Formats: sequence, C-alpha cells, structure tokens
Amino acid sequence: MSEKNYEFVVKRKDDNGKESYSSYEVPKDKISTVLEGLIYIKENFDQTLSFRYSCRMEICGSCGMEVNGKPRTACSTIVSQLGTDRVKVDPMKHYEVIKDLVVDMDPFFTKYSEGLPYIIREGEEDYSSEIPQTPEQFKEYEQYSMCIKCGLCMAACPIVGSDEDYMGPAPLAAVLRYNKDNRDQGSKYRLEIVDGDEGTSRCHFVGECTEVCPKGVDPSFAIQRLRMQGVRYELGKFFRRRK
Amino acid sequence: MQIIKEDVLILGGGMAGLRAAVAAAEYNKNISVGLVSKLYPLRSHSVSAEGGTSAVLSPKDNFDLHSYDTIKGSDYLADQDAVEKFVRLVPEQIYTTDHWGCPWSRNPDGTISQRDFGGLSYPRATFAADKTGFHVMQTLFSRALKYDNIHIYNEYFATSLIVENNSFNAITTINLKNSEYTVFQGKSLIFAAGGAGRLYQFSTYAHSVSGDGDAIAYRAGLPLKDLEFIQFHPTGLVPSGILITEAARSEGGYLLNNEGKRFMEKYAATKLEKAPRDIVSRAIMWEIEAGRGVKGKYGDTVYVNLDLRHMADILEEKLPMITDIAKRFNGIDPAEELIPVRPATHYTMGGIHVNNDTETPVQGIYGAGENVCISIHGANRLGSNSTNECLAFGNLAGVKAAEYAMSHSMPSLNNDKAKAEETRLWDDLMKRDGGENVAKIREDLRISMDANVGVFRTEDGINNGIRNIKALQERFKKITIGDKSKVFNLELEWALEVGFMLDLAEVIAKGAVLRKESRGGHYRKDYPERDDANFLKHTMATYSTEGPKFTYIPVTITKWKPAPRVY
Repeated sequence: MSEKNYEFVVKRKDDNGKESYSSYEVPKDKISTVLEGLIYIKENFDQTLSFRYSCRMEICGSCGMEVNGKPRTACSTIVSQLGTDRVKVDPMKHYEVIKDLVVDMDPFFTKYSEGLPYIIREGEEDYSSEIPQTPEQFKEYEQYSMCIKCGLCMAACPIVGSDEDYMGPAPLAAVLRYNKDNRDQGSKYRLEIVDGDEGTSRCHFVGECTEVCPKGVDPSFAIQRLRMQGVRYELGKFFRRRK
Repeated sequence: MQIIKEDVLILGGGMAGLRAAVAAAEYNKNISVGLVSKLYPLRSHSVSAEGGTSAVLSPKDNFDLHSYDTIKGSDYLADQDAVEKFVRLVPEQIYTTDHWGCPWSRNPDGTISQRDFGGLSYPRATFAADKTGFHVMQTLFSRALKYDNIHIYNEYFATSLIVENNSFNAITTINLKNSEYTVFQGKSLIFAAGGAGRLYQFSTYAHSVSGDGDAIAYRAGLPLKDLEFIQFHPTGLVPSGILITEAARSEGGYLLNNEGKRFMEKYAATKLEKAPRDIVSRAIMWEIEAGRGVKGKYGDTVYVNLDLRHMADILEEKLPMITDIAKRFNGIDPAEELIPVRPATHYTMGGIHVNNDTETPVQGIYGAGENVCISIHGANRLGSNSTNECLAFGNLAGVKAAEYAMSHSMPSLNNDKAKAEETRLWDDLMKRDGGENVAKIREDLRISMDANVGVFRTEDGINNGIRNIKALQERFKKITIGDKSKVFNLELEWALEVGFMLDLAEVIAKGAVLRKESRGGHYRKDYPERDDANFLKHTMATYSTEGPKFTYIPVTITKWKPAPRVY
C-alpha cells in the first residue's frame, strides 16, 4: 500500500446475510474523517456500500460504528489521529445489522422511551411564562441533556451484550436527566420502572459507556445516582406506609 | 405495494415536523398522526441550529420592533402581515417548550436569558448555549414520545406526492429497510422536509438536506416561491463547511482579512460584524476578490479569519460547541488561534408557497419551516428567525391539518398514479444503464452552483449554470445505480435525491436570471441595486415538462414602506 493512502477495511453484509470485509485505498489528502473516507469510497470505488450519516458535526447521532475496535461516531473521528493507516470499520456491536454498517436502531429507541424520558407535570399548564430554573439547577442535569442518541454506549456495554432486556446506559441516563430537572414532577413514575430487574440493578459499573460517549455524558455515574434516588424513594415509600 | 393510513401525515421529522406532530396529536387524541422521515427524526438538520431564536419576551422589546427587524432584514420582500402574525405567535412557543423541558439559557434569577444577534435592534435571541436547535429537537422528540397517537415512520424515503382534484391524496415512499414500496394515505399532509442547501458544495447543511419536500411538491404541481433566494452564512468553517454560529460575532468576534485588519466598517458602518448575513457574506467575498483573502493550509481555498481570542473567558459558557468543533475538526483553539471561515449555503428562503395559515393551494396540504415560503424571510432571513418559525408555524400547521382531518374523510387512493410511480422507480430508475455515476453528477452540480449561482451572480454566470444543469439532467437519464440491493440501498437514495436537486437547481437558476436586481441574498453584479419598481414581488415557479413556468405575485406591505437598507 502506498504511503499516500489509508487502507479502509470495511465489514460488509449483503441481502442474503453473507458477511465479509472489503478493502479500499483512500488517498490521505482527500479525506480527514472516517465518514469522509466512507463517502469517498462510495463515490469513487463501490456504489454498493451502505452506512448512515447526516450532520457530519457530531450532533445528529447517525454514524455510530466501530473504528479499529472502538465504538465511535465516524464523522468526528479524525483518521490521522488513529495512530495507524489501517482503518477497520465494523457496525456497532449489540445491534442487529441490516446491511454493511447500518444497524437496526429501533430496539434502542424502544428502550429509550421505556423510562418516560420527557417532562411530566401535574395539572393544567399555563404557557404564559417560563418555569424558573437557575443556572445551578440546570447544572444538575446539564451533561445528561447532551446525549445525541448515537447508541455507542449500548455497543460498549458488556451487560447490554449479554442481557438484551437490560435498558442500558443512554436510556437510564435520560431518566436521570428528567428526574433532576426542577420543572419535572415525574420521578416517582420513572423510579418505579428503573428499579425493576431490567433497570439500574443490572449495571456493574464497568464504565465502558462513559469512556466511549462522544459528548462527555457519564451514564455510569448517572446510573449510580439513579440507584441512590431509587433507595431514597423506596425508603420514603416504606415510611409513608408506616404512618 | 404496502398501504398505510393515518389521519394526518407529516413529511419530515425536524423541528417543524415534530412541532406539528405534537400539535395535531394534542388537538384531538383520536386523530392518528403519521410522521414520515427518511431519517430517524433526531438525525434531522434542525439539531445543527446553534445560536438562538428571536422572541419578544421583555417589556423593553415589542412586536413592531421584531417585525421591523425581520422586514428590513428581508430587504422588504417579506409579507408584512405574515411577519406581524409570526412575531406574535413566537413567545408562547418559547414558554411552551420551556415547560416541556427545553434548557433555555437562564439569567441568575432563573428567568430566560436573551442575547444579541445580527440585524436585531433589541437583543431578543433566546438560546440554549450554542446548541439551540439540538435542545429544542430533544424537547420536541421527548414530547412526541408521550402521545400514543403519534406514529413515527423512520427511514421511509418519500418519492412523490399524489394530488387528485386539487386535494391531497397520498405520498409514495420506499421503506429503506427492505425497499418495500409504501404508500401513505391521509386526510391531510404537512410538508416539513426542510431546505435545499446541499445543492451547493460549500455548505453548513447536513448531508441529508437535498430539497426532497420542495421537489416532490413542485413535481405534483404546487408552486415554489422565491427559490432563487439562498442564504450564505458568512462563517462556514474551512474546509468542512460546519457552521460557526453567528453568536460568535454577536458576542463580540471580529472578522479579519489577510492584513489582519477588521474590514466590516467599509460595508456596514454601524452594525459591523453584527450586520445581517447577506451583507457580511458579500463583504467577505469582496475582500477575497480584492486579494485580501487568506490562503493557508487549506489548499486553494481562500478565506478570512474569525477572531475570538479576546473573548476567551466566555467561550466555554456561551460558545461551547463551536469551541469544541474548532478544536476537534481543525485542531484550533479559538482562545488562542484564528478560525478560518468563508460564506457557505445555510438557508433556503424560498419554498412551497403557503399562505399565512400554512395552507398550500391544494386542499388538505399544509406546510411549515424551511420547506415552505410564507413569506416571513423575503430575500434574506435574519439569524435567529428560523427555529422560532418552525415552532410557531409548525404548531399552526399541526392544528390546521388536524382540523381538516376532523372534517374530511379518507380519500380513496388514486391507484393508477400510485402504480405509475412504482413503475418509475423499479422499471425506469433502477434499470437505467448508461453508466453515469450519480455521485459525479451531484458533485458537478454543486461545483457549478457554487461558481455560477452563488453569493455573486451575473447573467452570463447564471446562464452558464443553467446550461450545466441541462447537461446534467441529460446525464441523469443515463445513470446506472450500481447497487441492486433491496436492503438499505443508499445508492438508490442518492439517485432519487440528485433527481430532485436537478429540478430545484433549474428553478433557482432560472428564477435568478429573471430577477434583474439585487435584493437580500440574491446579488446581481450586473444589477447591483434593488429595483422596487419592477421586482418588489414574489417569484412563483410551477412545474411543466419543458421546465419551470414563472409568474409573480405582489408583496404585502402593511406599515413599513420599502426604504434603503443601511446597517
């Protein structure tokens, strides 16, 4: 291989489910990111390659894949920073592969919605002014609101890999995001859900999810905080019943 | 052929589409709402909106001021009754999304904070750091999850619109997962499929913004309005085109030429870097043409520099995303280094013609957001006036489409048209075999549009662009879609998009050559003045087999007589 090229080794899966790897040489001066490399390949060498992408600025969450063994967003992975000219690209683990690098995201979004990831408020709403929230109150949930739903954390989590019913890091971090928002009144509903068998108790705090998150979200810590919330909630329920 | 029926259909899952979906679902819980997107909704380009959204929230501000700023910004091509309606609809949307969880940036007392933006006479840009679009999108998506009557159809690529007796009939799609031809029938439809900015090469847009909604509507006979007005954002990051928010300048950033000098005083003596986008983009291009552009480590690309070094202390709080983007994509720390920028396509002022109630001329079809033209932006949209439009008119379109669905029955499908489209896809498009590569056609189109129908336009240049488009349309007839897969066929998707883009490019270029004046984002070097006597009017393009037919409709003026536009 010429020194002027990167070697992209891309996992393929065709209509019949047959899997293989394809190799392409991509000129270094034509691309910067892994996503640009894949687009270059499709435009110039191989029309049959499929992958997902949209914003190319690490905010839409489309292009989660595995690059040299690590879950990453392709658009914000700079090839020259990988430390090697060989770029091995695989679909994210723990998802069903539809074609090539395209995986089925439906189960992710189903799990994501199970934890009631939206503001819940009692009574009629009056939309004529804001609900006060100080910058300090925002800080309580700020980092958890940065999740772009790329699903990389699910690909990194060993528990998700072995237990398909486990809600997983992003869905649980979203639960904390809403529980910690002072405008929300729905913690009790969410804690009932995530305290169950498929929720926080499954997490072994390996921390792989936190390591791969491109947006600096710390799902592992979120799950710890959720467990604490759960314990307090259960105790509260217990004492309320005794009264 | 698969058939899916929903009362209200929405094409597009970005900010206008999601807002409309929630509005329709809340209007009546018995209405079923089908949101059809070629992406998962959160992948829509709306998530990339950065700086802020204008709303009159302060007693020191008022609706007339917001209207005036918008109208002056539009170079007087906006319909003033539409603008007056728009500014009054926005504040409630800010508070509503606040109640739904949007983390609008706050003052220390917990109230919503606002900041300055280009062309504003009061700092009314409401914002969520520099991730406004992202946070509003998460908020709307979360709200949509609450409603069982919203059904989201992820990754269905819309190929055509069927209209029958001037009423909505159906939209045809391909389910990308399995290439199943799927027809969505509904009582009403809302177009919310975004703009068309990826017709150009250097662009802040997500790759997915290929003008599908505009093209589908146009081919079905709906008129497109003012499509020649394309906004170039002054600060697309070189070389990727990623948006560097206008807030970088409204918070105090400078633009510098190759002499290291600020140059905006020559072009907008009062507002300087905070002038509207069309003016700043032209200023940058004039500097580059005069040989004062910077040429550095980005090949032949000539650019100017954005200087934020004197604002290092506010970067993390006010501009965290662009700080991170500069570091990650360019290895540049804005606290210490200059950011290379040049004008990039950013917004499509034109779109499907709708009235102030979001109605198209076809019964049962509505539209909102960048996909349509009401017109509140006229010839140039002000920064901070797009996400609020998606919220205000997305909501209105949702309500209107729901009302319509309540009082109408499901039309019976025009089977002939549905079948004909299926034949076009599988027996024509997929079987073409002339060897032309779709991606090459797209690249050639983009290069030509940048060169010929860009920030500066001339009759010769545009005509050259039109000739190129014609040649590319011929080449498109001879494409070969090299991927015959029935599963997530991205090459087929590209082919359909390029087909749309070629139609729209023709509308843009031909509209531009006919408009012999300079107004807002449309600047003709051969006609450098605004010409209200002949061109204070909206362009309307209607499809025909020989190409677009052009007519014009008047602009509505209420209080603000067209005046020289000085900043």
